[in-house]
Amino acid sequence: MTGWLDTLLVLIVLTNLKLLGTSRLGGCIRVVAAQGVLLGGLPLLAGGGLLAPRALLLAAAGVGLKGIVFPWLLLRALREAKVQREVQPYLGFTASMLIGAGVLGIGLWAGSRLPLPTAVRSSLLVPVALATMLTGLLVVVSRSKAITQVLGYLVFENGIYAFGVGIAPDAPVLVELGILLDVFVAVFVMGIMIFHINREFDDIDTERLSELRDWRPE
Amino acid sequence: MRTWTWLHPLIALAFAPLLGGLIARTKAVFAGRTGAPVLQPYFDLAKLFRKGAVYSRTTTTVFRAAPTVGLAAIIVATLVVPFGGAPALLAFPGDFLLVVGLLAIGRFATVIAALDTGSSFEGMGASREVQFAALAEPALFLSLAAAGLAAGGSSLSRMQAAASVESWLAAGPALPLIAAALIAVVLAENSRIPVDDPNTHLELTMIHEVMILDHGGPDLGLILYGAALKLWVMGALLVNIVLPFRAGDAWVDGGISLAGMVLLAVAIGTIESSMARLRLTRVPQLLVGAATLAALALVLVLR
Repeated sequence: MTGWLDTLLVLIVLTNLKLLGTSRLGGCIRVVAAQGVLLGGLPLLAGGGLLAPRALLLAAAGVGLKGIVFPWLLLRALREAKVQREVQPYLGFTASMLIGAGVLGIGLWAGSRLPLPTAVRSSLLVPVALATMLTGLLVVVSRSKAITQVLGYLVFENGIYAFGVGIAPDAPVLVELGILLDVFVAVFVMGIMIFHINREFDDIDTERLSELRDWRPE
Repeated sequence: MRTWTWLHPLIALAFAPLLGGLIARTKAVFAGRTGAPVLQPYFDLAKLFRKGAVYSRTTTTVFRAAPTVGLAAIIVATLVVPFGGAPALLAFPGDFLLVVGLLAIGRFATVIAALDTGSSFEGMGASREVQFAALAEPALFLSLAAAGLAAGGSSLSRMQAAASVESWLAAGPALPLIAAALIAVVLAENSRIPVDDPNTHLELTMIHEVMILDHGGPDLGLILYGAALKLWVMGALLVNIVLPFRAGDAWVDGGISLAGMVLLAVAIGTIESSMARLRLTRVPQLLVGAATLAALALVLVLR
Protein backbone atom coordinates (compact mmCIF):
# COMPACT_ATOMS: atom_id res chain seq x y z
CA MET A 1 0.00 0.00 0.00
CA THR A 2 2.75 2.46 0.96
CA GLY A 3 4.70 1.28 -2.07
CA TRP A 4 1.88 2.28 -4.41
CA LEU A 5 1.44 5.58 -2.59
CA ASP A 6 5.17 6.34 -2.94
CA THR A 7 5.08 5.46 -6.62
CA LEU A 8 2.11 7.78 -7.13
CA LEU A 9 3.89 10.60 -5.27
CA VAL A 10 7.06 10.11 -7.35
CA LEU A 11 4.95 10.26 -10.51
CA ILE A 12 3.47 13.55 -9.26
CA VAL A 13 7.01 14.90 -8.77
CA LEU A 14 7.86 13.78 -12.31
CA THR A 15 4.85 15.67 -13.70
CA ASN A 16 6.10 18.77 -11.82
CA LEU A 17 9.52 18.45 -13.47
CA LYS A 18 7.98 17.71 -16.87
CA LEU A 19 5.82 20.83 -16.58
CA LEU A 20 8.92 22.93 -15.89
CA GLY A 21 10.68 21.41 -18.90
CA THR A 22 7.86 21.53 -21.46
CA SER A 23 8.01 24.28 -24.03
CA ARG A 24 4.58 23.90 -25.69
CA LEU A 25 1.46 25.32 -24.10
CA GLY A 26 -0.63 22.31 -25.18
CA GLY A 27 1.98 19.97 -23.67
CA CYS A 28 1.87 21.93 -20.41
CA ILE A 29 -1.92 21.60 -20.24
CA ARG A 30 -1.68 17.84 -20.80
CA VAL A 31 0.98 17.47 -18.10
CA VAL A 32 -1.22 19.30 -15.59
CA ALA A 33 -4.15 17.09 -16.65
CA ALA A 34 -2.01 13.99 -16.01
CA GLN A 35 -1.12 15.41 -12.61
CA GLY A 36 -4.82 15.91 -11.87
CA VAL A 37 -5.54 12.26 -12.72
CA LEU A 38 -2.68 11.11 -10.51
CA LEU A 39 -3.99 13.28 -7.68
CA GLY A 40 -7.35 11.60 -8.10
CA GLY A 41 -5.72 8.38 -6.95
CA LEU A 42 -4.39 10.04 -3.82
CA PRO A 43 -7.56 9.92 -1.65
CA LEU A 44 -7.92 6.22 -2.54
CA LEU A 45 -4.41 5.38 -1.36
CA ALA A 46 -3.83 7.93 1.40
CA GLY A 47 -7.33 7.95 2.86
CA GLY A 48 -9.21 5.38 4.84
CA GLY A 49 -9.83 2.49 2.50
CA LEU A 50 -9.43 1.74 -1.16
CA LEU A 51 -13.16 1.49 -1.76
CA ALA A 52 -14.63 3.87 0.82
CA PRO A 53 -17.54 5.69 -0.86
CA ARG A 54 -16.16 9.04 0.31
CA ALA A 55 -12.73 8.44 -1.24
CA LEU A 56 -14.34 7.15 -4.43
CA LEU A 57 -16.51 10.27 -4.70
CA LEU A 58 -13.53 12.58 -4.17
CA ALA A 59 -11.40 10.63 -6.65
CA ALA A 60 -14.13 10.65 -9.30
CA ALA A 61 -14.79 14.38 -8.85
CA GLY A 62 -11.05 15.15 -8.91
CA VAL A 63 -10.30 13.07 -12.00
CA GLY A 64 -13.37 14.34 -13.81
CA LEU A 65 -12.61 18.02 -13.17
CA LYS A 66 -8.80 18.12 -13.26
CA GLY A 67 -8.27 15.39 -15.81
CA ILE A 68 -11.06 16.11 -18.28
CA VAL A 69 -12.93 19.41 -17.76
CA PHE A 70 -9.98 21.74 -17.04
CA PRO A 71 -7.80 20.54 -19.92
CA TRP A 72 -10.80 20.75 -22.24
CA LEU A 73 -11.56 24.35 -21.12
CA LEU A 74 -7.92 25.41 -21.40
CA LEU A 75 -7.27 23.69 -24.72
CA ARG A 76 -10.40 25.38 -26.09
CA ALA A 77 -9.20 28.76 -24.79
CA LEU A 78 -5.82 28.07 -26.42
CA ARG A 79 -7.46 27.12 -29.71
CA GLU A 80 -9.75 30.13 -29.78
CA ALA A 81 -7.05 32.57 -28.78
CA LYS A 82 -4.98 31.37 -31.78
CA VAL A 83 -1.85 32.39 -29.94
CA GLN A 84 1.75 31.46 -30.40
CA ARG A 85 2.05 28.04 -28.84
CA GLU A 86 5.35 28.44 -27.06
CA VAL A 87 5.68 29.08 -23.36
CA GLN A 88 8.23 31.93 -23.54
CA PRO A 89 9.60 31.66 -20.03
CA TYR A 90 11.51 34.38 -18.21
CA LEU A 91 13.61 31.56 -16.81
CA GLY A 92 15.20 28.92 -19.08
CA PHE A 93 13.90 25.35 -19.10
CA THR A 94 17.13 23.85 -17.79
CA ALA A 95 17.33 26.38 -14.96
CA SER A 96 13.64 25.77 -14.19
CA MET A 97 14.25 22.03 -13.87
CA LEU A 98 17.25 22.59 -11.62
CA ILE A 99 15.14 24.86 -9.43
CA GLY A 100 12.40 22.20 -9.55
CA ALA A 101 14.86 19.71 -8.09
CA GLY A 102 15.95 22.29 -5.50
CA VAL A 103 12.33 22.93 -4.58
CA LEU A 104 11.92 19.22 -3.87
CA GLY A 105 14.90 19.48 -1.52
CA ILE A 106 13.25 22.42 0.24
CA GLY A 107 10.06 20.37 0.50
CA LEU A 108 11.94 17.47 2.07
CA TRP A 109 13.71 19.77 4.53
CA ALA A 110 10.52 21.59 5.48
CA GLY A 111 8.54 18.35 5.55
CA SER A 112 10.95 16.82 8.05
CA ARG A 113 10.67 19.85 10.37
CA LEU A 114 6.96 20.47 10.13
CA PRO A 115 5.12 19.29 13.26
CA LEU A 116 2.04 17.39 12.08
CA PRO A 117 -1.09 16.81 14.14
CA THR A 118 -1.62 13.29 12.78
CA ALA A 119 0.53 10.52 11.43
CA VAL A 120 0.82 10.56 7.62
CA ARG A 121 0.62 7.44 5.47
CA SER A 122 3.90 8.13 3.68
CA SER A 123 6.83 10.28 4.79
CA LEU A 124 7.00 11.47 1.18
CA LEU A 125 3.52 12.95 1.12
CA VAL A 126 4.14 16.28 2.85
CA PRO A 127 7.44 17.00 0.99
CA VAL A 128 5.80 16.25 -2.36
CA ALA A 129 2.80 18.44 -1.51
CA LEU A 130 5.08 21.34 -0.50
CA ALA A 131 7.25 20.87 -3.59
CA THR A 132 4.13 20.87 -5.80
CA MET A 133 2.93 24.13 -4.24
CA LEU A 134 6.35 25.75 -4.78
CA THR A 135 6.45 24.45 -8.37
CA GLY A 136 3.07 26.07 -8.98
CA LEU A 137 4.38 29.38 -7.62
CA LEU A 138 7.51 29.03 -9.77
CA VAL A 139 5.38 28.51 -12.88
CA VAL A 140 3.27 31.57 -12.01
CA VAL A 141 6.26 33.88 -11.59
CA SER A 142 8.54 32.53 -14.32
CA ARG A 143 6.16 32.17 -17.28
CA SER A 144 4.55 35.07 -19.07
CA LYS A 145 1.47 33.64 -20.79
CA ALA A 146 -1.93 33.94 -19.14
CA ILE A 147 -2.55 30.21 -19.70
CA THR A 148 0.62 29.28 -17.85
CA GLN A 149 -0.52 31.46 -14.97
CA VAL A 150 -3.72 29.43 -14.78
CA LEU A 151 -1.65 26.24 -14.92
CA GLY A 152 0.62 27.47 -12.13
CA TYR A 153 -2.43 28.28 -10.05
CA LEU A 154 -3.83 24.79 -10.72
CA VAL A 155 -0.56 23.10 -9.75
CA PHE A 156 -0.46 25.21 -6.59
CA GLU A 157 -3.99 24.07 -5.77
CA ASN A 158 -2.96 20.47 -6.53
CA GLY A 159 -0.23 20.81 -3.90
CA ILE A 160 -2.66 22.10 -1.30
CA TYR A 161 -5.10 19.32 -2.20
CA ALA A 162 -2.38 16.66 -1.76
CA PHE A 163 -1.42 18.24 1.57
CA GLY A 164 -5.03 18.25 2.70
CA VAL A 165 -5.67 14.66 1.69
CA GLY A 166 -2.54 13.55 3.51
CA ILE A 167 -3.04 15.57 6.70
CA ALA A 168 -6.79 15.50 7.14
CA PRO A 169 -8.17 12.45 5.37
CA ASP A 170 -11.35 12.87 7.37
CA ALA A 171 -12.15 16.46 6.37
CA PRO A 172 -15.80 16.77 5.37
CA VAL A 173 -16.49 15.81 1.77
CA LEU A 174 -18.55 18.95 1.46
CA VAL A 175 -15.47 21.13 2.08
CA GLU A 176 -13.37 19.22 -0.46
CA LEU A 177 -16.10 19.38 -3.09
CA GLY A 178 -16.62 23.06 -2.32
CA ILE A 179 -12.93 23.71 -3.00
CA LEU A 180 -13.13 21.75 -6.26
CA LEU A 181 -16.13 23.86 -7.29
CA ASP A 182 -14.22 27.06 -6.46
CA VAL A 183 -11.29 25.92 -8.59
CA PHE A 184 -13.66 25.07 -11.39
CA VAL A 185 -15.20 28.53 -11.30
CA ALA A 186 -11.72 30.09 -11.16
CA VAL A 187 -10.52 28.18 -14.22
CA PHE A 188 -13.77 28.98 -16.04
CA VAL A 189 -13.42 32.70 -15.32
CA MET A 190 -9.73 32.64 -16.23
CA GLY A 191 -10.63 30.99 -19.54
CA ILE A 192 -12.99 33.87 -20.33
CA MET A 193 -10.32 36.33 -19.19
CA ILE A 194 -7.73 34.77 -21.49
CA PHE A 195 -10.18 35.26 -24.35
CA HIS A 196 -10.67 38.93 -23.47
CA ILE A 197 -6.98 39.63 -22.91
CA ASN A 198 -6.34 38.09 -26.29
CA ARG A 199 -9.04 40.16 -28.01
CA GLU A 200 -7.67 43.34 -26.45
CA PHE A 201 -3.99 42.80 -27.19
CA ASP A 202 -3.89 40.02 -29.86
CA ASP A 203 -1.67 38.18 -27.42
CA ILE A 204 -2.01 36.52 -24.05
CA ASP A 205 1.26 37.79 -22.65
CA THR A 206 0.46 39.11 -19.18
CA GLU A 207 3.24 41.66 -19.47
CA ARG A 208 0.91 43.63 -21.69
CA LEU A 209 -1.47 44.01 -18.77
CA SER A 210 0.90 46.54 -17.25
CA GLU A 211 -0.18 48.87 -20.04
CA LEU A 212 -3.62 49.02 -18.48
CA ARG A 213 -3.67 52.29 -16.56
CA ASP A 214 -5.61 55.51 -16.41
CA TRP A 215 -2.94 57.82 -17.70
CA ARG A 216 -0.08 57.36 -20.08
CA PRO A 217 3.26 58.98 -19.33
CA GLU A 218 3.86 61.57 -22.04
CA MET B 1 30.82 -18.19 -9.86
CA ARG B 2 34.41 -17.01 -10.29
CA THR B 3 34.53 -18.07 -13.95
CA TRP B 4 32.86 -14.91 -15.15
CA THR B 5 35.23 -12.74 -13.09
CA TRP B 6 38.01 -13.78 -15.48
CA LEU B 7 35.82 -14.23 -18.50
CA HIS B 8 34.20 -10.79 -18.53
CA PRO B 9 37.21 -8.69 -19.64
CA LEU B 10 37.93 -11.23 -22.40
CA ILE B 11 34.30 -11.30 -23.51
CA ALA B 12 34.16 -7.51 -23.44
CA LEU B 13 37.31 -7.27 -25.57
CA ALA B 14 35.97 -9.84 -28.03
CA PHE B 15 32.31 -8.87 -28.33
CA ALA B 16 32.25 -5.09 -27.75
CA PRO B 17 32.24 -4.18 -31.49
CA LEU B 18 29.35 -6.62 -31.97
CA LEU B 19 27.03 -4.21 -30.10
CA GLY B 20 27.62 -1.56 -32.76
CA GLY B 21 26.83 -4.12 -35.46
CA LEU B 22 23.63 -5.13 -33.69
CA ILE B 23 22.52 -1.50 -33.33
CA ALA B 24 23.20 -0.89 -37.04
CA ARG B 25 21.28 -4.05 -37.97
CA THR B 26 18.30 -3.05 -35.81
CA LYS B 27 18.20 0.35 -37.47
CA ALA B 28 18.41 -1.34 -40.89
CA VAL B 29 15.45 -3.60 -40.06
CA PHE B 30 13.42 -0.57 -38.96
CA ALA B 31 14.26 1.24 -42.16
CA GLY B 32 13.39 -1.82 -44.27
CA ARG B 33 16.94 -2.31 -45.49
CA THR B 34 19.04 -5.45 -45.38
CA GLY B 35 21.84 -3.55 -43.73
CA ALA B 36 25.50 -4.31 -43.24
CA PRO B 37 26.52 -7.66 -41.75
CA VAL B 38 26.43 -7.77 -37.97
CA LEU B 39 30.19 -8.32 -38.03
CA GLN B 40 30.82 -5.15 -40.07
CA PRO B 41 32.52 -3.27 -37.16
CA TYR B 42 35.13 -6.07 -37.03
CA PHE B 43 35.78 -5.75 -40.78
CA ASP B 44 36.11 -1.98 -40.36
CA LEU B 45 38.57 -2.40 -37.51
CA ALA B 46 40.61 -4.98 -39.47
CA LYS B 47 40.71 -2.60 -42.43
CA LEU B 48 41.82 0.32 -40.27
CA PHE B 49 44.56 -1.67 -38.53
CA ARG B 50 46.05 -2.69 -41.90
CA LYS B 51 46.41 0.94 -42.97
CA GLY B 52 49.23 3.35 -42.29
CA ALA B 53 48.77 6.50 -40.24
CA VAL B 54 49.06 10.03 -41.55
CA TYR B 55 49.92 12.78 -39.09
CA SER B 56 49.55 16.49 -39.60
CA ARG B 57 52.73 18.53 -39.09
CA THR B 58 50.95 20.73 -36.53
CA THR B 59 50.23 17.82 -34.17
CA THR B 60 52.49 16.69 -31.36
CA THR B 61 53.00 13.58 -29.25
CA VAL B 62 49.73 14.34 -27.47
CA PHE B 63 47.83 13.60 -30.66
CA ARG B 64 49.66 10.30 -31.20
CA ALA B 65 49.36 9.15 -27.59
CA ALA B 66 45.66 9.98 -27.16
CA PRO B 67 44.09 6.92 -28.87
CA THR B 68 46.27 4.54 -26.86
CA VAL B 69 45.60 6.35 -23.58
CA GLY B 70 41.88 6.40 -24.27
CA LEU B 71 41.73 2.69 -25.10
CA ALA B 72 43.88 1.77 -22.10
CA ALA B 73 41.60 3.66 -19.73
CA ILE B 74 38.54 1.85 -21.07
CA ILE B 75 40.23 -1.57 -20.89
CA VAL B 76 41.03 -0.95 -17.22
CA ALA B 77 37.39 0.00 -16.71
CA THR B 78 36.30 -3.42 -18.02
CA LEU B 79 38.29 -4.97 -15.16
CA VAL B 80 36.30 -3.02 -12.56
CA VAL B 81 32.80 -3.54 -13.97
CA PRO B 82 31.18 -6.80 -12.85
CA PHE B 83 29.22 -8.95 -15.26
CA GLY B 84 27.12 -12.08 -15.28
CA GLY B 85 26.46 -12.33 -11.55
CA ALA B 86 30.14 -12.62 -10.63
CA PRO B 87 32.22 -9.91 -8.91
CA ALA B 88 34.70 -7.94 -11.01
CA LEU B 89 38.43 -8.63 -11.06
CA LEU B 90 39.05 -5.38 -9.21
CA ALA B 91 36.38 -4.84 -6.58
CA PHE B 92 36.78 -2.50 -3.64
CA PRO B 93 34.50 -0.01 -1.85
CA GLY B 94 34.06 3.11 -3.94
CA ASP B 95 35.25 1.53 -7.19
CA PHE B 96 32.43 3.24 -9.10
CA LEU B 97 34.42 6.45 -8.70
CA LEU B 98 37.31 4.73 -10.48
CA VAL B 99 35.09 3.70 -13.41
CA VAL B 100 33.72 7.23 -13.83
CA GLY B 101 37.27 8.57 -13.52
CA LEU B 102 38.57 6.15 -16.17
CA LEU B 103 35.78 7.15 -18.53
CA ALA B 104 36.74 10.78 -17.89
CA ILE B 105 40.40 10.03 -18.69
CA GLY B 106 39.37 8.47 -21.99
CA ARG B 107 37.30 11.53 -22.81
CA PHE B 108 40.10 13.88 -21.76
CA ALA B 109 42.52 12.09 -24.09
CA THR B 110 40.16 12.47 -27.07
CA VAL B 111 39.47 16.12 -26.25
CA ILE B 112 43.11 17.07 -25.80
CA ALA B 113 44.02 15.32 -29.08
CA ALA B 114 41.22 17.20 -30.85
CA LEU B 115 42.53 20.51 -29.49
CA ASP B 116 46.10 19.51 -30.48
CA THR B 117 45.18 19.48 -34.16
CA GLY B 118 44.45 23.22 -34.02
CA SER B 119 41.37 22.71 -36.20
CA SER B 120 38.50 25.01 -35.35
CA PHE B 121 35.93 22.29 -36.07
CA GLU B 122 37.59 19.90 -33.67
CA GLY B 123 37.81 22.62 -31.05
CA MET B 124 34.08 23.12 -31.42
CA GLY B 125 33.45 19.39 -31.02
CA ALA B 126 35.74 19.27 -27.99
CA SER B 127 33.88 22.14 -26.40
CA ARG B 128 30.53 20.40 -26.93
CA GLU B 129 31.81 17.05 -25.70
CA VAL B 130 33.09 18.61 -22.49
CA GLN B 131 29.93 20.67 -22.00
CA PHE B 132 27.66 17.63 -22.27
CA ALA B 133 30.00 15.43 -20.27
CA ALA B 134 29.95 17.98 -17.45
CA LEU B 135 26.16 17.51 -17.32
CA ALA B 136 26.17 13.73 -17.88
CA GLU B 137 28.74 13.02 -15.18
CA PRO B 138 26.63 14.27 -12.23
CA ALA B 139 23.77 12.12 -13.51
CA LEU B 140 26.06 9.07 -13.66
CA PHE B 141 27.54 9.79 -10.22
CA LEU B 142 24.16 10.39 -8.60
CA SER B 143 22.56 7.27 -10.08
CA LEU B 144 25.51 5.05 -9.11
CA ALA B 145 25.53 6.60 -5.62
CA ALA B 146 21.80 5.93 -5.28
CA ALA B 147 22.26 2.35 -6.51
CA GLY B 148 25.12 1.91 -4.04
CA LEU B 149 23.06 3.21 -1.13
CA ALA B 150 20.16 0.95 -2.10
CA ALA B 151 22.57 -2.01 -2.22
CA GLY B 152 24.32 -1.07 1.01
CA GLY B 153 27.84 -0.87 -0.42
CA SER B 154 29.74 1.46 -2.69
CA SER B 155 31.36 -1.22 -4.84
CA LEU B 156 29.94 -1.98 -8.28
CA SER B 157 30.23 -5.71 -7.61
CA ARG B 158 28.26 -5.24 -4.42
CA MET B 159 25.57 -3.29 -6.30
CA GLN B 160 25.32 -6.10 -8.83
CA ALA B 161 25.12 -8.77 -6.15
CA ALA B 162 22.38 -6.85 -4.36
CA ALA B 163 20.24 -6.40 -7.47
CA SER B 164 17.41 -8.89 -7.35
CA VAL B 165 13.71 -9.01 -7.99
CA GLU B 166 13.15 -8.46 -4.25
CA SER B 167 15.38 -5.38 -4.21
CA TRP B 168 13.33 -3.92 -7.08
CA LEU B 169 10.15 -4.44 -5.11
CA ALA B 170 11.68 -3.16 -1.86
CA ALA B 171 13.31 -0.03 -3.31
CA GLY B 172 10.01 0.94 -4.94
CA PRO B 173 10.25 3.76 -7.45
CA ALA B 174 13.96 4.47 -6.88
CA LEU B 175 15.41 1.78 -9.18
CA PRO B 176 13.30 2.63 -12.26
CA LEU B 177 14.42 6.25 -11.81
CA ILE B 178 18.06 5.15 -11.64
CA ALA B 179 17.59 3.01 -14.76
CA ALA B 180 15.99 5.91 -16.67
CA ALA B 181 18.82 8.26 -15.69
CA LEU B 182 21.44 5.66 -16.68
CA ILE B 183 19.81 5.10 -20.09
CA ALA B 184 19.99 8.85 -20.80
CA VAL B 185 23.64 8.89 -19.72
CA VAL B 186 24.48 5.82 -21.85
CA LEU B 187 22.91 7.46 -24.90
CA ALA B 188 24.68 10.77 -24.28
CA GLU B 189 28.11 9.38 -23.44
CA ASN B 190 28.17 7.00 -26.39
CA SER B 191 27.01 9.68 -28.84
CA ARG B 192 23.80 7.88 -29.73
CA ILE B 193 20.82 9.54 -31.34
CA PRO B 194 18.82 11.82 -29.09
CA VAL B 195 22.10 13.56 -28.27
CA ASP B 196 24.43 12.97 -31.19
CA ASP B 197 24.09 11.17 -34.49
CA PRO B 198 26.94 8.72 -35.08
CA ASN B 199 26.20 8.72 -38.82
CA THR B 200 26.34 12.41 -39.60
CA HIS B 201 29.44 14.06 -40.87
CA LEU B 202 28.10 17.59 -40.74
CA GLU B 203 30.32 19.77 -38.61
CA LEU B 204 27.48 21.88 -37.27
CA THR B 205 25.67 19.03 -35.59
CA MET B 206 28.16 16.38 -34.60
CA ILE B 207 29.85 16.15 -31.26
CA HIS B 208 31.97 13.04 -30.93
CA GLU B 209 32.65 12.37 -34.60
CA VAL B 210 34.03 15.84 -35.20
CA MET B 211 36.80 15.33 -32.66
CA ILE B 212 38.29 12.33 -34.45
CA LEU B 213 38.28 13.74 -37.98
CA ASP B 214 42.07 14.03 -38.08
CA HIS B 215 42.74 10.52 -36.84
CA GLY B 216 43.34 7.87 -39.46
CA GLY B 217 44.37 4.24 -39.86
CA PRO B 218 45.29 2.35 -36.68
CA ASP B 219 44.66 5.43 -34.52
CA LEU B 220 41.08 5.67 -35.73
CA GLY B 221 40.78 1.92 -35.23
CA LEU B 222 41.90 2.26 -31.60
CA ILE B 223 39.41 5.09 -31.04
CA LEU B 224 36.52 3.18 -32.61
CA TYR B 225 37.41 0.06 -30.63
CA GLY B 226 37.62 2.19 -27.46
CA ALA B 227 34.19 3.68 -28.21
CA ALA B 228 32.75 0.16 -28.63
CA LEU B 229 34.30 -0.92 -25.32
CA LYS B 230 32.90 2.20 -23.65
CA LEU B 231 29.41 1.27 -24.85
CA TRP B 232 29.99 -2.23 -23.48
CA VAL B 233 31.20 -0.97 -20.08
CA MET B 234 28.35 1.49 -19.62
CA GLY B 235 25.86 -1.05 -20.98
CA ALA B 236 27.11 -3.58 -18.44
CA LEU B 237 26.54 -1.03 -15.65
CA LEU B 238 22.98 -0.56 -16.84
CA VAL B 239 22.26 -4.27 -17.43
CA ASN B 240 23.56 -5.12 -13.94
CA ILE B 241 20.95 -2.88 -12.38
CA VAL B 242 18.06 -3.40 -14.80
CA LEU B 243 18.25 -7.20 -15.14
CA PRO B 244 18.02 -8.45 -11.58
CA PHE B 245 17.38 -12.11 -12.42
CA ARG B 246 19.85 -14.59 -10.96
CA ALA B 247 19.57 -18.32 -11.44
CA GLY B 248 22.51 -19.25 -9.23
CA ASP B 249 24.34 -21.10 -11.97
CA ALA B 250 27.35 -19.19 -13.32
CA TRP B 251 26.72 -20.03 -16.98
CA VAL B 252 23.01 -19.25 -16.86
CA ASP B 253 23.67 -15.91 -15.13
CA GLY B 254 26.33 -15.07 -17.68
CA GLY B 255 23.92 -15.98 -20.46
CA ILE B 256 21.25 -13.74 -18.93
CA SER B 257 23.67 -10.82 -18.81
CA LEU B 258 24.80 -11.44 -22.42
CA ALA B 259 21.16 -11.56 -23.49
CA GLY B 260 20.72 -8.28 -21.60
CA MET B 261 23.52 -6.69 -23.62
CA VAL B 262 21.92 -7.88 -26.88
CA LEU B 263 18.59 -6.47 -25.69
CA LEU B 264 20.29 -3.18 -24.85
CA ALA B 265 21.76 -2.98 -28.37
CA VAL B 266 18.32 -3.66 -29.88
CA ALA B 267 16.76 -1.08 -27.52
CA ILE B 268 19.32 1.55 -28.54
CA GLY B 269 18.67 0.73 -32.20
CA THR B 270 14.94 1.09 -31.60
CA ILE B 271 15.39 4.45 -29.84
CA GLU B 272 17.58 5.64 -32.71
CA SER B 273 15.01 4.56 -35.29
CA SER B 274 12.02 6.06 -33.54
CA MET B 275 13.41 9.35 -32.27
CA ALA B 276 14.73 12.46 -33.92
CA ARG B 277 17.95 14.00 -32.79
CA LEU B 278 17.40 16.69 -30.16
CA ARG B 279 18.25 20.24 -31.01
CA LEU B 280 21.66 21.02 -29.57
CA THR B 281 20.21 23.52 -27.10
CA ARG B 282 17.78 20.89 -25.80
CA VAL B 283 20.49 18.35 -24.99
CA PRO B 284 21.50 19.97 -21.67
CA GLN B 285 17.84 19.80 -20.68
CA LEU B 286 17.78 16.02 -21.25
CA LEU B 287 20.93 15.56 -19.21
CA VAL B 288 19.81 17.87 -16.39
CA GLY B 289 16.54 15.94 -16.40
CA ALA B 290 18.50 12.68 -16.03
CA ALA B 291 20.51 14.18 -13.17
CA THR B 292 17.29 15.32 -11.51
CA LEU B 293 15.81 11.81 -11.80
CA ALA B 294 18.98 10.38 -10.26
CA ALA B 295 18.87 12.96 -7.46
CA LEU B 296 15.23 12.06 -6.83
CA ALA B 297 16.22 8.38 -6.64
CA LEU B 298 19.00 9.26 -4.21
CA VAL B 299 16.52 11.16 -2.02
CA LEU B 300 14.12 8.19 -2.09
CA VAL B 301 16.89 5.80 -1.05
CA LEU B 302 18.23 8.11 1.65
CA ARG B 303 14.80 8.67 3.14
